[in-house]
Amino acid sequence: MTKLHVSTTINGEPAEFLCEPGDTMLDALRGPLALTGSKEGCASGDCGACSITLDDRLVCSCLMLAAEAEGHQLRTIEGMATGDRLHPLQQKFLEMAALQCGICTSGMLVASEALLQKNPRPSEEEVRFWLAGNLCRCTGYDKIVRAVLETAADMREAAQ
Amino acid sequence: MTDIRYLSPSTLDEAIDAFAAAGSAARIMAGGTDLLVQMRSGAVRPALIVDIKKIAEMTAIEETAGGGFRVGAAVPGAELAEHARFGKVWPGVLEAINLIGSTQIQGRASAGGNLCNGSPAGDSVPAMIAAGAIVTVQGPGGRREMPVEQVPAGPGRTSLKPGEILVSFTLPPRPPGSSDAYLRMIPRTEMDIAVVGCGVSLTLKDGVCTAARVGLGAVAPTVLRVDAAAKALTGSKLDDATVNAAAAACRAACSPIDDKRGTIAYRTRIAGVLLKRTVAIAARRAGGN
Repeated sequence: MTKLHVSTTINGEPAEFLCEPGDTMLDALRGPLALTGSKEGCASGDCGACSITLDDRLVCSCLMLAAEAEGHQLRTIEGMATGDRLHPLQQKFLEMAALQCGICTSGMLVASEALLQKNPRPSEEEVRFWLAGNLCRCTGYDKIVRAVLETAADMREAAQ
Repeated sequence: MTDIRYLSPSTLDEAIDAFAAAGSAARIMAGGTDLLVQMRSGAVRPALIVDIKKIAEMTAIEETAGGGFRVGAAVPGAELAEHARFGKVWPGVLEAINLIGSTQIQGRASAGGNLCNGSPAGDSVPAMIAAGAIVTVQGPGGRREMPVEQVPAGPGRTSLKPGEILVSFTLPPRPPGSSDAYLRMIPRTEMDIAVVGCGVSLTLKDGVCTAARVGLGAVAPTVLRVDAAAKALTGSKLDDATVNAAAAACRAACSPIDDKRGTIAYRTRIAGVLLKRTVAIAARRAGGN
Protein backbone atom coordinates (compact mmCIF):
# COMPACT_ATOMS: atom_id res chain seq x y z
CA MET A 1 0.00 0.00 0.00
CA THR A 2 1.26 3.46 -0.82
CA LYS A 3 1.95 5.76 2.07
CA LEU A 4 0.69 9.31 2.09
CA HIS A 5 3.14 12.18 2.14
CA VAL A 6 2.00 14.96 4.48
CA SER A 7 3.43 18.49 4.71
CA THR A 8 2.42 20.44 7.78
CA THR A 9 3.66 22.89 10.41
CA ILE A 10 4.39 21.66 13.93
CA ASN A 11 5.29 24.13 16.70
CA GLY A 12 6.00 26.77 14.08
CA GLU A 13 8.44 24.63 12.08
CA PRO A 14 7.70 23.00 8.70
CA ALA A 15 7.41 19.23 9.04
CA GLU A 16 6.94 16.36 6.61
CA PHE A 17 6.14 12.73 7.26
CA LEU A 18 4.80 9.55 5.68
CA CYS A 19 1.73 7.80 7.07
CA GLU A 20 -0.83 5.14 6.33
CA PRO A 21 -4.24 6.59 5.41
CA GLY A 22 -5.78 5.10 8.57
CA ASP A 23 -3.07 6.37 10.96
CA THR A 24 -4.09 8.87 13.58
CA MET A 25 -2.18 12.11 14.16
CA LEU A 26 -1.06 10.63 17.47
CA ASP A 27 0.42 7.63 15.59
CA ALA A 28 2.37 10.05 13.38
CA LEU A 29 3.54 12.23 16.29
CA ARG A 30 4.79 9.32 18.35
CA GLY A 31 6.10 7.37 15.32
CA PRO A 32 7.80 9.07 12.36
CA LEU A 33 7.85 12.52 13.97
CA ALA A 34 9.34 11.20 17.25
CA LEU A 35 7.37 13.73 19.31
CA THR A 36 6.48 11.42 22.17
CA GLY A 37 5.29 14.08 24.63
CA SER A 38 1.69 13.48 23.52
CA LYS A 39 0.53 10.30 25.25
CA GLU A 40 -1.92 7.59 24.29
CA GLY A 41 -4.28 6.91 27.17
CA CYS A 42 -7.64 5.68 25.91
CA ALA A 43 -7.34 6.16 22.11
CA SER A 44 -11.04 7.01 22.05
CA GLY A 45 -11.20 10.72 22.90
CA ASP A 46 -12.11 10.30 26.55
CA CYS A 47 -8.86 11.00 28.42
CA GLY A 48 -7.20 13.98 26.71
CA ALA A 49 -3.62 12.72 27.20
CA CYS A 50 -2.99 13.22 23.46
CA SER A 51 -4.28 16.83 23.39
CA ILE A 52 -2.75 19.12 20.75
CA THR A 53 -3.98 22.22 18.97
CA LEU A 54 -4.97 22.18 15.31
CA ASP A 55 -5.08 25.75 13.94
CA ASP A 56 -5.29 26.94 17.59
CA ARG A 57 -8.26 24.66 18.31
CA LEU A 58 -7.82 22.10 21.11
CA VAL A 59 -8.35 18.54 19.81
CA CYS A 60 -7.49 14.95 20.67
CA SER A 61 -4.78 13.80 18.27
CA CYS A 62 -6.09 10.22 18.61
CA LEU A 63 -9.34 11.35 16.94
CA MET A 64 -7.67 13.06 14.00
CA LEU A 65 -6.22 11.32 10.96
CA ALA A 66 -2.57 12.08 10.31
CA ALA A 67 -3.49 12.83 6.68
CA GLU A 68 -5.66 15.72 7.88
CA ALA A 69 -2.59 17.64 9.07
CA GLU A 70 -1.73 18.59 5.45
CA GLY A 71 -1.44 22.38 5.26
CA HIS A 72 -2.48 23.00 8.86
CA GLN A 73 -0.74 24.38 11.96
CA LEU A 74 -0.24 21.97 14.85
CA ARG A 75 1.10 22.67 18.31
CA THR A 76 2.19 19.97 20.75
CA ILE A 77 3.63 19.93 24.26
CA GLU A 78 7.11 20.03 22.69
CA GLY A 79 6.43 23.61 21.56
CA MET A 80 5.36 24.90 24.96
CA ALA A 81 8.69 25.82 26.57
CA THR A 82 10.95 28.43 24.96
CA GLY A 83 14.34 26.73 24.82
CA ASP A 84 15.24 26.01 28.45
CA ARG A 85 12.63 28.43 29.76
CA LEU A 86 9.49 26.64 30.88
CA HIS A 87 6.06 28.05 30.16
CA PRO A 88 4.52 29.56 33.35
CA LEU A 89 2.04 26.67 33.45
CA GLN A 90 4.85 24.10 33.34
CA GLN A 91 6.75 25.95 36.09
CA LYS A 92 3.64 26.17 38.26
CA PHE A 93 2.76 22.48 37.78
CA LEU A 94 6.25 21.66 39.10
CA GLU A 95 6.09 24.10 42.03
CA MET A 96 2.65 22.98 43.15
CA ALA A 97 3.21 19.26 42.45
CA ALA A 98 0.25 19.24 40.05
CA LEU A 99 1.34 15.88 38.68
CA GLN A 100 2.30 12.48 39.95
CA CYS A 101 2.79 9.78 37.33
CA GLY A 102 2.88 12.33 34.49
CA ILE A 103 0.87 10.49 31.84
CA CYS A 104 -1.89 13.11 31.79
CA THR A 105 0.44 16.07 32.25
CA SER A 106 1.21 16.94 28.62
CA GLY A 107 -2.47 16.94 27.79
CA MET A 108 -3.34 18.93 30.92
CA LEU A 109 -0.75 21.57 30.03
CA VAL A 110 -1.75 21.86 26.36
CA ALA A 111 -5.44 22.08 27.31
CA SER A 112 -4.77 24.62 30.09
CA GLU A 113 -2.71 26.81 27.76
CA ALA A 114 -5.57 26.77 25.24
CA LEU A 115 -7.94 27.85 28.02
CA LEU A 116 -5.77 30.74 29.20
CA GLN A 117 -5.34 32.01 25.65
CA LYS A 118 -9.12 32.12 25.25
CA ASN A 119 -9.95 33.18 28.80
CA PRO A 120 -7.15 34.79 30.89
CA ARG A 121 -9.43 35.05 33.94
CA PRO A 122 -11.22 31.70 34.30
CA SER A 123 -13.23 30.82 37.40
CA GLU A 124 -12.56 27.53 39.16
CA GLU A 125 -15.76 26.18 37.62
CA GLU A 126 -14.64 27.21 34.14
CA VAL A 127 -11.26 25.49 34.63
CA ARG A 128 -12.97 22.30 35.81
CA PHE A 129 -15.42 22.24 32.89
CA TRP A 130 -12.70 23.07 30.34
CA LEU A 131 -10.53 20.22 31.66
CA ALA A 132 -13.41 17.71 31.93
CA GLY A 133 -11.95 15.86 28.96
CA ASN A 134 -8.54 15.45 30.62
CA LEU A 135 -8.50 12.53 33.02
CA CYS A 136 -6.00 12.18 35.87
CA ARG A 137 -5.94 9.09 38.03
CA CYS A 138 -3.34 10.38 40.54
CA THR A 139 -3.86 13.90 41.77
CA GLY A 140 -7.59 14.12 42.41
CA TYR A 141 -7.46 17.22 40.15
CA ASP A 142 -7.33 19.77 42.96
CA LYS A 143 -3.64 20.62 42.58
CA ILE A 144 -4.03 20.85 38.81
CA VAL A 145 -6.98 23.22 39.03
CA ARG A 146 -5.22 25.39 41.61
CA ALA A 147 -2.04 25.48 39.51
CA VAL A 148 -4.01 26.68 36.47
CA LEU A 149 -5.77 29.37 38.51
CA GLU A 150 -2.50 30.58 40.08
CA THR A 151 -0.76 30.65 36.70
CA ALA A 152 -3.63 32.68 35.27
CA ALA A 153 -3.26 35.19 38.11
CA ASP A 154 0.53 35.38 37.64
CA MET A 155 0.22 35.85 33.88
CA ARG A 156 -2.34 38.62 34.33
CA GLU A 157 -0.02 40.37 36.76
CA ALA A 158 2.95 39.94 34.42
CA ALA A 159 0.96 41.39 31.55
CA GLN A 160 0.24 44.62 33.44
CA MET B 1 -5.69 -2.04 9.42
CA THR B 2 -6.58 -3.22 5.94
CA ASP B 3 -6.19 -0.90 2.98
CA ILE B 4 -7.94 2.41 3.45
CA ARG B 5 -8.10 5.28 1.02
CA TYR B 6 -8.37 8.85 2.31
CA LEU B 7 -9.82 11.65 0.15
CA SER B 8 -10.41 15.28 1.04
CA PRO B 9 -12.20 16.77 -1.97
CA SER B 10 -12.86 20.49 -2.21
CA THR B 11 -16.21 20.19 -4.01
CA LEU B 12 -19.40 18.41 -3.09
CA ASP B 13 -19.66 16.82 -6.57
CA GLU B 14 -16.24 15.18 -6.19
CA ALA B 15 -17.19 13.94 -2.73
CA ILE B 16 -20.46 12.43 -3.95
CA ASP B 17 -18.81 10.77 -6.98
CA ALA B 18 -16.19 9.09 -4.79
CA PHE B 19 -18.62 8.23 -1.99
CA ALA B 20 -21.24 6.75 -4.34
CA ALA B 21 -18.65 4.78 -6.34
CA ALA B 22 -17.25 3.15 -3.19
CA GLY B 23 -20.66 1.92 -2.03
CA SER B 24 -21.25 0.70 1.49
CA ALA B 25 -17.52 0.43 2.24
CA ALA B 26 -17.15 4.21 2.31
CA ARG B 27 -17.58 6.52 5.28
CA ILE B 28 -18.01 10.27 5.41
CA MET B 29 -15.81 12.03 7.96
CA ALA B 30 -16.61 15.43 9.45
CA GLY B 31 -14.96 15.74 12.89
CA GLY B 32 -14.23 12.02 13.05
CA THR B 33 -15.05 11.81 16.77
CA ASP B 34 -17.40 8.86 16.22
CA LEU B 35 -15.79 7.37 13.08
CA LEU B 36 -12.25 7.02 14.46
CA VAL B 37 -13.56 5.42 17.66
CA GLN B 38 -15.59 2.94 15.58
CA MET B 39 -12.57 2.17 13.41
CA ARG B 40 -10.35 1.70 16.44
CA SER B 41 -12.79 -0.77 18.01
CA GLY B 42 -13.09 -2.68 14.74
CA ALA B 43 -16.83 -1.95 14.46
CA VAL B 44 -16.23 -0.17 11.13
CA ARG B 45 -13.56 -1.01 8.52
CA PRO B 46 -13.96 1.55 5.76
CA ALA B 47 -12.28 1.09 2.38
CA LEU B 48 -12.66 4.82 1.72
CA ILE B 49 -12.84 7.83 4.04
CA VAL B 50 -14.20 11.01 2.46
CA ASP B 51 -13.19 14.02 4.58
CA ILE B 52 -15.74 16.77 3.86
CA LYS B 53 -14.08 19.62 5.77
CA LYS B 54 -12.50 21.19 2.67
CA ILE B 55 -15.93 21.74 1.10
CA ALA B 56 -16.82 25.37 1.80
CA GLU B 57 -20.59 24.85 1.99
CA MET B 58 -20.21 22.18 4.67
CA THR B 59 -18.12 24.29 7.04
CA ALA B 60 -19.96 27.61 6.65
CA ILE B 61 -22.39 29.35 9.03
CA GLU B 62 -24.61 31.78 7.11
CA GLU B 63 -27.53 33.99 8.06
CA THR B 64 -30.27 33.66 5.47
CA ALA B 65 -32.09 36.63 3.99
CA GLY B 66 -35.13 36.21 6.22
CA GLY B 67 -33.09 36.00 9.44
CA GLY B 68 -32.68 32.23 9.61
CA PHE B 69 -29.43 30.30 9.67
CA ARG B 70 -27.78 27.76 7.42
CA VAL B 71 -25.22 25.66 9.29
CA GLY B 72 -22.89 23.39 7.33
CA ALA B 73 -23.03 19.76 8.40
CA ALA B 74 -19.34 19.70 9.39
CA VAL B 75 -19.22 22.92 11.48
CA PRO B 76 -17.67 21.98 14.86
CA GLY B 77 -19.45 22.89 18.09
CA ALA B 78 -16.69 25.23 19.26
CA GLU B 79 -16.98 27.28 16.07
CA LEU B 80 -20.75 27.57 16.34
CA ALA B 81 -20.31 28.76 19.94
CA GLU B 82 -18.02 31.57 18.73
CA HIS B 83 -20.54 32.84 16.16
CA ALA B 84 -21.69 36.33 17.14
CA ARG B 85 -25.43 35.75 16.68
CA PHE B 86 -26.26 32.06 16.42
CA GLY B 87 -26.38 31.40 20.16
CA LYS B 88 -28.55 34.46 20.77
CA VAL B 89 -31.17 33.31 18.27
CA TRP B 90 -30.94 29.54 18.96
CA PRO B 91 -29.59 29.14 22.52
CA GLY B 92 -31.18 25.70 22.88
CA VAL B 93 -29.67 24.31 19.69
CA LEU B 94 -26.28 25.69 20.67
CA GLU B 95 -26.38 24.30 24.24
CA ALA B 96 -27.39 20.90 22.86
CA ILE B 97 -24.47 20.79 20.42
CA ASN B 98 -22.05 22.11 23.05
CA LEU B 99 -23.03 19.30 25.46
CA ILE B 100 -21.46 16.71 23.16
CA GLY B 101 -18.22 15.50 24.77
CA SER B 102 -15.29 17.51 26.09
CA THR B 103 -13.60 20.74 24.99
CA GLN B 104 -11.39 18.62 22.73
CA ILE B 105 -14.42 16.89 21.16
CA GLN B 106 -16.10 20.28 20.65
CA GLY B 107 -13.14 21.33 18.53
CA ARG B 108 -14.16 18.70 15.99
CA ALA B 109 -17.64 17.24 16.54
CA SER B 110 -20.47 18.54 14.32
CA ALA B 111 -24.25 18.47 14.30
CA GLY B 112 -24.13 16.70 10.95
CA GLY B 113 -22.01 13.90 12.34
CA ASN B 114 -24.17 13.66 15.44
CA LEU B 115 -27.28 13.24 13.28
CA CYS B 116 -25.76 10.77 10.81
CA ASN B 117 -24.22 8.66 13.59
CA GLY B 118 -27.85 7.69 14.20
CA SER B 119 -27.70 7.40 17.98
CA PRO B 120 -31.13 7.69 19.63
CA ALA B 121 -29.31 9.65 22.38
CA GLY B 122 -27.54 12.23 20.16
CA ASP B 123 -27.81 15.54 22.02
CA SER B 124 -28.15 17.89 19.07
CA VAL B 125 -31.04 16.01 17.45
CA PRO B 126 -33.97 16.78 19.83
CA ALA B 127 -32.99 20.47 19.78
CA MET B 128 -32.78 20.50 15.97
CA ILE B 129 -36.20 18.82 15.77
CA ALA B 130 -37.66 21.38 18.18
CA ALA B 131 -36.11 24.15 16.07
CA GLY B 132 -37.87 22.87 12.95
CA ALA B 133 -34.57 22.45 11.13
CA ILE B 134 -34.64 21.34 7.50
CA VAL B 135 -31.68 19.34 6.24
CA THR B 136 -30.25 19.52 2.75
CA VAL B 137 -28.83 16.28 1.41
CA GLN B 138 -27.16 15.72 -1.94
CA GLY B 139 -26.40 12.51 -3.77
CA PRO B 140 -26.06 11.04 -7.26
CA GLY B 141 -29.78 11.72 -7.78
CA GLY B 142 -29.45 15.43 -6.97
CA ARG B 143 -30.26 17.65 -4.04
CA ARG B 144 -33.29 17.36 -1.74
CA GLU B 145 -34.54 18.74 1.54
CA MET B 146 -36.40 17.10 4.40
CA PRO B 147 -37.29 17.79 8.03
CA VAL B 148 -34.45 16.74 10.34
CA GLU B 149 -36.65 14.21 12.16
CA GLN B 150 -36.92 12.17 8.95
CA VAL B 151 -33.18 11.41 8.92
CA PRO B 152 -32.87 8.89 11.80
CA ALA B 153 -34.18 5.45 10.81
CA GLY B 154 -33.14 3.43 13.86
CA PRO B 155 -30.10 2.98 16.09
CA GLY B 156 -27.05 3.63 13.88
CA ARG B 157 -29.17 4.00 10.73
CA THR B 158 -30.39 6.94 8.64
CA SER B 159 -32.83 7.36 5.78
CA LEU B 160 -30.12 8.77 3.49
CA LYS B 161 -29.91 6.88 0.21
CA PRO B 162 -26.69 5.27 -1.03
CA GLY B 163 -24.23 7.97 -2.05
CA GLU B 164 -26.15 10.78 -0.33
CA ILE B 165 -24.30 13.20 1.95
CA LEU B 166 -25.84 15.50 4.56
CA VAL B 167 -24.86 19.02 3.50
CA SER B 168 -26.43 21.50 5.91
CA PHE B 169 -29.15 22.41 8.40
CA THR B 170 -31.47 25.33 7.69
CA LEU B 171 -33.10 26.92 10.74
CA PRO B 172 -36.09 29.14 10.09
CA PRO B 173 -36.35 32.86 10.90
CA ARG B 174 -37.58 33.55 14.45
CA PRO B 175 -40.72 35.57 15.12
CA PRO B 176 -40.45 38.03 18.07
CA GLY B 177 -40.95 36.35 21.45
CA SER B 178 -39.33 33.07 20.39
CA SER B 179 -36.66 31.01 22.09
CA ASP B 180 -35.59 27.44 22.74
CA ALA B 181 -33.86 25.23 25.30
CA TYR B 182 -32.35 21.77 25.65
CA LEU B 183 -31.85 19.70 28.77
CA ARG B 184 -30.51 16.22 29.17
CA MET B 185 -30.43 13.90 32.16
CA ILE B 186 -27.06 12.29 32.88
CA PRO B 187 -25.89 10.92 36.23
CA ARG B 188 -22.79 13.16 36.22
CA THR B 189 -22.06 16.74 35.18
CA GLU B 190 -20.08 16.27 31.94
CA MET B 191 -18.84 13.74 29.42
CA ASP B 192 -21.77 11.33 29.37
CA ILE B 193 -24.52 10.05 27.09
CA ALA B 194 -28.10 11.24 27.60
CA VAL B 195 -30.46 9.04 29.62
CA VAL B 196 -33.17 11.36 28.30
CA GLY B 197 -32.81 14.54 26.23
CA CYS B 198 -35.52 17.14 25.64
CA GLY B 199 -35.58 20.10 23.23
CA VAL B 200 -38.34 22.71 23.28
CA SER B 201 -38.89 25.71 21.01
CA LEU B 202 -41.60 28.27 21.85
CA THR B 203 -43.09 31.51 20.59
CA LEU B 204 -44.93 33.67 23.12
CA LYS B 205 -47.22 36.62 22.42
CA ASP B 206 -48.74 38.55 25.33
CA GLY B 207 -48.04 35.59 27.60
CA VAL B 208 -49.77 33.10 25.30
CA CYS B 209 -47.82 30.33 23.60
CA THR B 210 -48.60 30.73 19.91
CA ALA B 211 -46.27 28.02 18.59
CA ALA B 212 -44.36 25.11 20.15
CA ARG B 213 -42.26 22.19 19.03
CA VAL B 214 -40.87 19.37 21.19
CA GLY B 215 -38.09 16.85 20.48
CA LEU B 216 -37.34 13.92 22.78
CA GLY B 217 -34.18 11.81 22.72
CA ALA B 218 -32.99 8.47 24.17
CA VAL B 219 -36.52 7.18 24.80
CA ALA B 220 -37.18 5.35 21.52
CA PRO B 221 -35.24 3.75 18.61
CA THR B 222 -35.07 7.21 17.00
CA VAL B 223 -35.25 10.73 18.39
CA LEU B 224 -38.93 11.75 18.44
CA ARG B 225 -40.91 14.82 17.51
CA VAL B 226 -43.73 14.90 20.08
CA ASP B 227 -46.62 16.71 18.42
CA ALA B 228 -49.09 15.87 21.21
CA ALA B 229 -46.93 17.77 23.70
CA ALA B 230 -46.54 20.71 21.32
CA LYS B 231 -50.30 20.77 20.73
CA ALA B 232 -50.98 20.81 24.48
CA LEU B 233 -48.70 23.84 24.92
CA THR B 234 -49.96 25.82 21.94
CA GLY B 235 -52.69 28.34 22.77
CA SER B 236 -52.03 28.15 26.51
CA LYS B 237 -50.40 30.49 29.03
CA LEU B 238 -48.10 27.61 30.01
CA ASP B 239 -49.96 27.17 33.30
CA ASP B 240 -49.26 24.12 35.48
CA ALA B 241 -52.18 22.05 34.14
CA THR B 242 -51.06 22.65 30.54
CA VAL B 243 -47.43 21.83 31.19
CA ASN B 244 -48.46 18.69 33.11
CA ALA B 245 -50.57 17.63 30.13
CA ALA B 246 -47.59 18.15 27.81
CA ALA B 247 -45.40 16.14 30.19
CA ALA B 248 -47.96 13.32 30.10
CA ALA B 249 -47.86 13.43 26.29
CA CYS B 250 -44.06 13.04 26.44
CA ARG B 251 -44.33 10.06 28.78
CA ALA B 252 -46.91 8.50 26.45
CA ALA B 253 -44.56 8.91 23.46
CA CYS B 254 -41.76 6.95 25.15
CA SER B 255 -40.82 3.43 24.09
CA PRO B 256 -37.35 3.19 25.66
CA ILE B 257 -35.06 0.32 26.51
CA ASP B 258 -33.64 -0.85 29.82
CA ASP B 259 -29.87 -0.47 29.87
CA LYS B 260 -27.06 0.43 32.22
CA ARG B 261 -27.91 4.13 31.94
CA GLY B 262 -31.56 3.86 32.92
CA THR B 263 -34.62 1.68 33.11
CA ILE B 264 -37.76 1.97 31.00
CA ALA B 265 -39.71 3.28 34.00
CA TYR B 266 -37.03 5.82 34.91
CA ARG B 267 -36.59 7.13 31.38
CA THR B 268 -40.34 7.49 30.93
CA ARG B 269 -40.75 9.41 34.17
CA ILE B 270 -37.75 11.66 33.46
CA ALA B 271 -39.11 12.50 29.98
CA GLY B 272 -42.01 14.28 31.67
CA VAL B 273 -39.81 16.00 34.24
CA LEU B 274 -37.41 17.29 31.58
CA LEU B 275 -40.27 18.57 29.42
CA LYS B 276 -41.49 20.76 32.28
CA ARG B 277 -38.03 22.11 33.09
CA THR B 278 -37.16 22.71 29.44
CA VAL B 279 -40.43 24.56 28.79
CA ALA B 280 -39.70 26.80 31.78
CA ILE B 281 -36.25 27.73 30.46
CA ALA B 282 -37.44 28.30 26.89
CA ALA B 283 -40.34 30.45 28.16
CA ARG B 284 -38.05 32.56 30.34
CA ARG B 285 -35.71 33.12 27.39
CA ALA B 286 -38.62 33.98 25.14
CA GLY B 287 -39.47 36.80 27.51
CA GLY B 288 -42.66 35.48 29.02
CA ASN B 289 -43.47 34.11 32.51
